[in-house]
Amino acid sequence: MNSPVKFYQTGTFTVGNRLLDADLRSVQSATTRTNSLNSGHRACQGCGEALGARYAIDAAMRATSSQLVAVNATGCLEVFSTPYPETSWQIAWIHSLFGNAAAVASGVAAAMRVQGRHDVRVIAQGGDGGTTDIGFGCLSGMFERNDDVLYICYDNEAYMNTGVQRSSATPPAARTATTPAVGPHPGNVAGTGKNVPLIAMAHGIPYVATASVANLRDLEDKVTRAMGIHGARYIHIHVPCPLGWGSAPADTIKVARLAVESGLFPLFEAEYGEVTAATKIRQRVPVDEYLELQKRFAHLFAPQRDDARLAAIQATADRNVARFGLVD
Amino acid sequence: MDKPFAITLDVGSSLANRTGSWRTMRPVYVDRLPPCNATCPAGENIQGWLYHAESGDYEAAWRMLVRDNPLPAIMGRVCYHPCESVCNRGRVDESVGINAVERFLGDEAIARGWAFDAPAPATGKRALVVGAGPAGLSAAYHLRRLGHAVTIVEAGPLAGGMMRFGIPQYRLPRDVLDAEVARILALGVELRLGEKVADLRETMAAGAFDAAFLAVGAHIGKRAYIPAGDSSRVLDAVSVLRSMEGEERPMLGRRVVVYGGGNTAIDVARTARRLGATEAIVVYRRTREKMPAHDFEVEEALHEGVMMKWLSTVKHAGEGRLMIEKMALDDQGFPQPTGEYEELEADSLVLALGQDADLGLLGSVPGLDVADGFVGVDAGMMTGHPGIFAGGDMVSSERTVTVAVGHGKKAARHLDAWLRGAAYAAPPKPEVAAFDRLNTWYYADAPKTVQPVLDVIRRQSTFEEVLGGLDESNALFEARRCLSCGNCFECDNCYGVCPDNAVIKLGTGQRFRFNYDYCKGCGICATECPCGAIRMEPETT
Repeated sequence: MNSPVKFYQTGTFTVGNRLLDADLRSVQSATTRTNSLNSGHRACQGCGEALGARYAIDAAMRATSSQLVAVNATGCLEVFSTPYPETSWQIAWIHSLFGNAAAVASGVAAAMRVQGRHDVRVIAQGGDGGTTDIGFGCLSGMFERNDDVLYICYDNEAYMNTGVQRSSATPPAARTATTPAVGPHPGNVAGTGKNVPLIAMAHGIPYVATASVANLRDLEDKVTRAMGIHGARYIHIHVPCPLGWGSAPADTIKVARLAVESGLFPLFEAEYGEVTAATKIRQRVPVDEYLELQKRFAHLFAPQRDDARLAAIQATADRNVARFGLVD
Repeated sequence: MDKPFAITLDVGSSLANRTGSWRTMRPVYVDRLPPCNATCPAGENIQGWLYHAESGDYEAAWRMLVRDNPLPAIMGRVCYHPCESVCNRGRVDESVGINAVERFLGDEAIARGWAFDAPAPATGKRALVVGAGPAGLSAAYHLRRLGHAVTIVEAGPLAGGMMRFGIPQYRLPRDVLDAEVARILALGVELRLGEKVADLRETMAAGAFDAAFLAVGAHIGKRAYIPAGDSSRVLDAVSVLRSMEGEERPMLGRRVVVYGGGNTAIDVARTARRLGATEAIVVYRRTREKMPAHDFEVEEALHEGVMMKWLSTVKHAGEGRLMIEKMALDDQGFPQPTGEYEELEADSLVLALGQDADLGLLGSVPGLDVADGFVGVDAGMMTGHPGIFAGGDMVSSERTVTVAVGHGKKAARHLDAWLRGAAYAAPPKPEVAAFDRLNTWYYADAPKTVQPVLDVIRRQSTFEEVLGGLDESNALFEARRCLSCGNCFECDNCYGVCPDNAVIKLGTGQRFRFNYDYCKGCGICATECPCGAIRMEPETT
């Protein structure tokens, strides 16, 4: 039966569908998916990063016919997946230090090249701490040399592994262990931190994209696209952390979805420094709906509403919507 | 020990780490009752047959449908589809056009000549069904499929009851009715026409019947006392509609007034327009909001030029004119006379004030409870006399074809159990799949496929069917709009969204299974299940 991709019952929003042709379904719907990150890992209930990593690496495994090496920075993803001597990874995987994943990946890519293993592709991955703070120098170098590596950052917006300390990816007003909700401006201060996707674009590398665990199809498309390109590539994936954000484990995807639908986490692609595509918002929501589900923002709503800071966060969302054309 | 440098332990898989022990809540797959199924008077598994229609397997869909209702082509035309009123999709965009898909399946079955599955092996029991209307036909069908020998005795000249002698042809073409009746008879049901059961016990004894289902309907038009002149023309609605099936069309004249506010009143008014009346006026003592007639029928009638006179009663019928009294609603919403009168020109007055059942056949049966013109029945449709069941318009309930079909099915199940000396226990009903159980994010917007409506001018003068059917492509589209409330439709979401790979995909049609060795009980699967088919339950240990 010919099933159009625009599928009436669920569109292409669900993971798969019994009525869709197999090649129109997501990688995750296939029983043949790699399950790169297998059961038994020690991530918390409802971990967005564990989910995002499996989504991304399974898609990359399919795109490279499983000829893939992954280099992991220190962080939750490494700690919960590989407590010596056990591992959840069902792929070729290496961990070195917190800050050198991009450099190690550059080295692996170079080693493969000199050995003539042109079919083997390399991914470096880490959390926001290992990417935007500690590993940033190595990352920038990898971009600048245009090494043949896809770097994937799983952004859960703080150092979750060590106890929820602020990183340069922590959003304004968020409470962390190091930005407590006390004083006249509780939580993280506004106007700090860095937007690494935009910084990656400034390097003029072939491909930069943002993705979310709330939009599997979009995420798989971007990883597949990235694996079809050589040179330095960067994908930044938004992965909620129930523990650090104070959200319900069952709401991980919902929270990620609201980040996208509010405009706070825009989904876009860029090539050689120019934005080439943006994923449209389907049902736009005010930022409150996203923030209210997370205890790290509770001080914005109680004991009284912090209208000024909520307005500032809403303004950020509105700016993203305008800048990336997220709404038709 | 032969290990690489600095390695002292064998490399192991994290599968050794049974993270299922962390769980405090466990997800379980459930089948909740979709609102459409819960509401269907005939007890159809609507979501179930739409599921097959979605994949284009119309025969499987039809076979699932007729497990509950043997008259889908008729249903698809005359059912008032309460299912669509409660459809959860109505809160997303528009309710699924269930009735239209049902009609498509029914028509497809007739066109392709699909026959019912063969009956169960003969039980040796004989059941009598009195009346070949929707309730009787439904009971006969279900009893026959259960293996009993069934005889229908019908007083009228043809089978169908009110479906033939009450519902106008523009709503139910007779070839459709004939085809669905014939398919039931083809199961081996005996039909005796033109035979009125005068004494039930006599008929049962003569035919050696073990049990009986009565569904004689309600064919006697109720009268209201209206003083009328000698030359006034006052008819009753049932007779008018019945005579539409005979050789001679009823003489109604050019100005016809119909008195009443139910679907029958609307049917007569629309019929009068088609017979050439320039004016067909429905006079009703209350307001449109209080009218028992279904809104879409009123709407269609208004489109066809039928006029409505609300808050009016007929006080006197004279030659060529009627005396009308205006009414006003009181605080309780009851109409009260105002003492204001007006005259209305009318060649005939048709009374559509409801119908009574002819219960003459029950005369000698002991133990029956007859009150207000209805036969009393228990929850299993059995009358006070063991082995005699009743349903349809002769028992007190809503009077629609679909309710009658439901009565027939229910009575058949209980009658079957009674014949075997057992009691029928209906399977327990799961909780209803309410809208707040769904995650509608995953459903694409897709507005309802509207059935073509015959051009108004053409329809006024003919008895051609008013609503057209769906074609294959839009029937498929419509079926696929079903949200599958409360029942897994294998979208793979749970399989995809589990951060712990703790969902096992069993393959097409086999659904999924949880791997509780590793499920941490986060509940993402339940939150992200579009149709609400996963429930989180507390762990007991």
